[in-house]
Amino acid sequence: MTVPDVDTATAPVVETAVRPRRGAWRRLLRKPLGIGALLVLVAIIVLGLLEPVLSQHDSALANLQKVNADVGEPGYLLGADQFGRDIWARVLSSINVSVASALIGAGVAVVLGTVFGLIAGYIGKRTGATLSWVFELLMTFPALILILVLQPVTGGSYKVTMVIFGVFLAPGLFRLVRNLVVGVRNELYVDAARVAGLSNRRILSRHVLYVVRGPIIITAAFLGTAAIGVQAGLAFLGVGSSQQVSFGAMTADAFGNIYVKPVQMVWPSLFLALLTGSLVLLGNAYRDVLAAPQGAVAPGGRRAKRRPAAASPSAPGDVLPQDVTAGDHAPSVGSAATATVAALAAAESAGGALLAVRNLRVGYPQVDGSVRDVVKGVSLDVAAGEIVGLVGESGSGKSQTAFSILGLLPRQARVTADVLRVDGQDLQGLGPGGMGKLRGSVLAYIPQEPMANLDPSFTIGSQLVEGLRGIPKREAEQTVLDLLDRVGIVDPRRTFKSYPHQISGGMAQRALIAGAVAPRPKLLIADEPTTALDVTVQAEILDLLRDLQNEFHMGVLLVTHNFGVVADLCDRVLVMQEGELVEGGDVRSIFHAPQHPYTQQLIGAILDEETVRTDPTPTSTGTTAPALTKGGAR
Amino acid sequence: MTALLEVRNLRLSYPSRGWRSKTPEVLRGVSLEIAPGDTLGLVGESGSGKTTLGRAILGLATPTAGTITFDGRDITHLGPKQRRSLARDIQVVFQDPYTSLNPTLTIADILAEPLIAQGTDPAEARTSVGRLLDQVGMPVDALHRYPREFSGGQRQRVAIARALALEPRLIVCDEPVSALDLSTQARVLDLLIDIQRRTGVAYLFITHDLAVVRHVSHRIAVMYRGELVETGDTAAVTTSPSNDYTRNLLLASPTADPDRQRERREARRLARSAAASA
Repeated sequence: MTVPDVDTATAPVVETAVRPRRGAWRRLLRKPLGIGALLVLVAIIVLGLLEPVLSQHDSALANLQKVNADVGEPGYLLGADQFGRDIWARVLSSINVSVASALIGAGVAVVLGTVFGLIAGYIGKRTGATLSWVFELLMTFPALILILVLQPVTGGSYKVTMVIFGVFLAPGLFRLVRNLVVGVRNELYVDAARVAGLSNRRILSRHVLYVVRGPIIITAAFLGTAAIGVQAGLAFLGVGSSQQVSFGAMTADAFGNIYVKPVQMVWPSLFLALLTGSLVLLGNAYRDVLAAPQGAVAPGGRRAKRRPAAASPSAPGDVLPQDVTAGDHAPSVGSAATATVAALAAAESAGGALLAVRNLRVGYPQVDGSVRDVVKGVSLDVAAGEIVGLVGESGSGKSQTAFSILGLLPRQARVTADVLRVDGQDLQGLGPGGMGKLRGSVLAYIPQEPMANLDPSFTIGSQLVEGLRGIPKREAEQTVLDLLDRVGIVDPRRTFKSYPHQISGGMAQRALIAGAVAPRPKLLIADEPTTALDVTVQAEILDLLRDLQNEFHMGVLLVTHNFGVVADLCDRVLVMQEGELVEGGDVRSIFHAPQHPYTQQLIGAILDEETVRTDPTPTSTGTTAPALTKGGAR
Repeated sequence: MTALLEVRNLRLSYPSRGWRSKTPEVLRGVSLEIAPGDTLGLVGESGSGKTTLGRAILGLATPTAGTITFDGRDITHLGPKQRRSLARDIQVVFQDPYTSLNPTLTIADILAEPLIAQGTDPAEARTSVGRLLDQVGMPVDALHRYPREFSGGQRQRVAIARALALEPRLIVCDEPVSALDLSTQARVLDLLIDIQRRTGVAYLFITHDLAVVRHVSHRIAVMYRGELVETGDTAAVTTSPSNDYTRNLLLASPTADPDRQRERREARRLARSAAASA
């Protein structure tokens, strides 16, 4: 993963912790947009709350002497309207009406949507289906027309209107919450909580609601805006009590008076815009905060692998380019590791190798501007007809090394090398097009997860044929069919016409191997090619790889963490630790006489075949016997 | 020796989608026993039903037929309340330490949760979580951190500590080390064995990795397409298997020695050609 695997008891904290529980709001406050919107919103709400203090007149009090008074008239801060009512007082009252509308509308929607969404998503089955049906039915009603029709029932009260409107807003939230909960319900930690004996209510409030609360808050902000808008709109149209002051009523009055005092239009519009605008922006900022990566995300091997890479060996130019610049990283690090690497490099002449890599470095820019190296000066060779295993634990940089040779690293990767050559061709300075061409001919790639590397919407056959460019279609199809037969697929024609979901993982890997060897590559790079497969299928795939390698005399760079696979296939092994090559050599000498302490530790961690657990169960003897006996003798 | 857990003729098929589609049975009459303090290794390929069996024992999947008996009590179809009280006896460690811990809770919250759910006083629960961490070899200052601050191996230790919180008599370990690096894997396995020796807990150890199962199990059950094809002592099953599928599995798993792996490869090829000609 992204974290260097330290499993010692005193492992340090490796990532700066950003705590989402309290942290989301704190990060929101650090965002200019977030703090700005929040300040405006709070200021407006406070103005509304302080209405009794701030205004000198009742908002409904008409003073005929002040009809259409100007802005700044004593006691009439924003002037008075055509009935002589204090505009400032009316604005403050309208703020309260709008805030109440938002709270009622969004509140009803949030309560209904969240409660029933949680139930429907978590309990599922019949209850869920029934609830979904009810809420979907609700969505089909024309909410505004119903509100107009129900005016006699509401008695013109905007609060009752907003309750009804909230009910109609609920389906949106219901669907959101239900879908989120369905996603969370299958998380292992929810299963673990159930096994730990937590009640459903506790699981929902502690585990499920926590995860879904962010999206609920964001949606509630938007629903609140909608409620304010609808309330104002209805009041503008004159629907509802004519006694009720609100932004809608104010704009309607100002509209009627627009040729006499156009400035009266400004005040309600301004405050309405500020209120809804700040609410929307606050929701947006909160969403950004939740979506933003927490802390620096280091480039992990696995992350890189997930990216759909070349499905066929001749991946078109859609792969991300990388910066391959000539070695401006001089071998300046005078560490012991560099010395080892230099010795390794010197031992093998770079001249005739199929793949020659010298002082390869891969780094990723960090948030603070520095560059974090994940591959630190690796030098290696692969000769024609040779299988080289590149082993190491997660985070050792083995996949990054392989991907930098393939040119399949993410765009932000900084790749430098003194030498990076395949079959005599310099990879540095080759554009994405050139790399694509190379991958379609000399260089081939087999991925870890075959299914992720096949496009689900095209047949296997069409994806493989696509890889063979410059050959008539019929001929290409025949070639692919022959290859599918060659890789041990029993019914090639059927597989040719199948979609990826119709075949097994082992089959998919065979098909990808067929695609990889189609253009007779000289160098095959396989990234954990059997990790995702069952052990019996793995054995067959390994056999197939060995046979094909013999047949085509390919050089193979095999990235793996499985020493069984290494023992099965490889001629030579290179061991990587934290971005550096620590040891390399013949497969037998690595297994039988590892030199470097790290290699020794790795080899020592292999679970011994002869070690069988034979200590009796404590209940049967009451004593503790030595747990493991060598030799498995019984 | 009376069995702690006894599974008899268990059958399970997941409910079908739509009224006409038939679903294949995931478990087709599985029977097994686990004695107190024993480790039964359950080996099988993906889709063989081994995880489903574990989930059925945990009450996370509902069997269609057969019985599961724990300590003489039928637990096949328990109501939610009885199932919750059974949490004291049966616990779980899942495969993926990255999704089995809630990312928004601190380690202390995660560990205290099962205790509080079983009625332990929250303050008391908080003091005992430190002891739990100590049991799995984690420093106490980890308590106030979040899962993402730890590596895979450390998270798996936390998951083990959570399983130990209620001092259960059986822990279902579903591929607990598959997601871990080689050296981490060895240390976590040693920890599990050590805990078993100290506490006498029994394990149902589900895995696809023969080397791992050999290391921790007293007995092994081999599962293939929803059925147990072979059950026996670890040494017997892994050295002289009686079933063809088990033999196949053993020959297919590569050994970390180039020369012996060559022999094994040849043996597998011979076996396969013999099977083909037969």
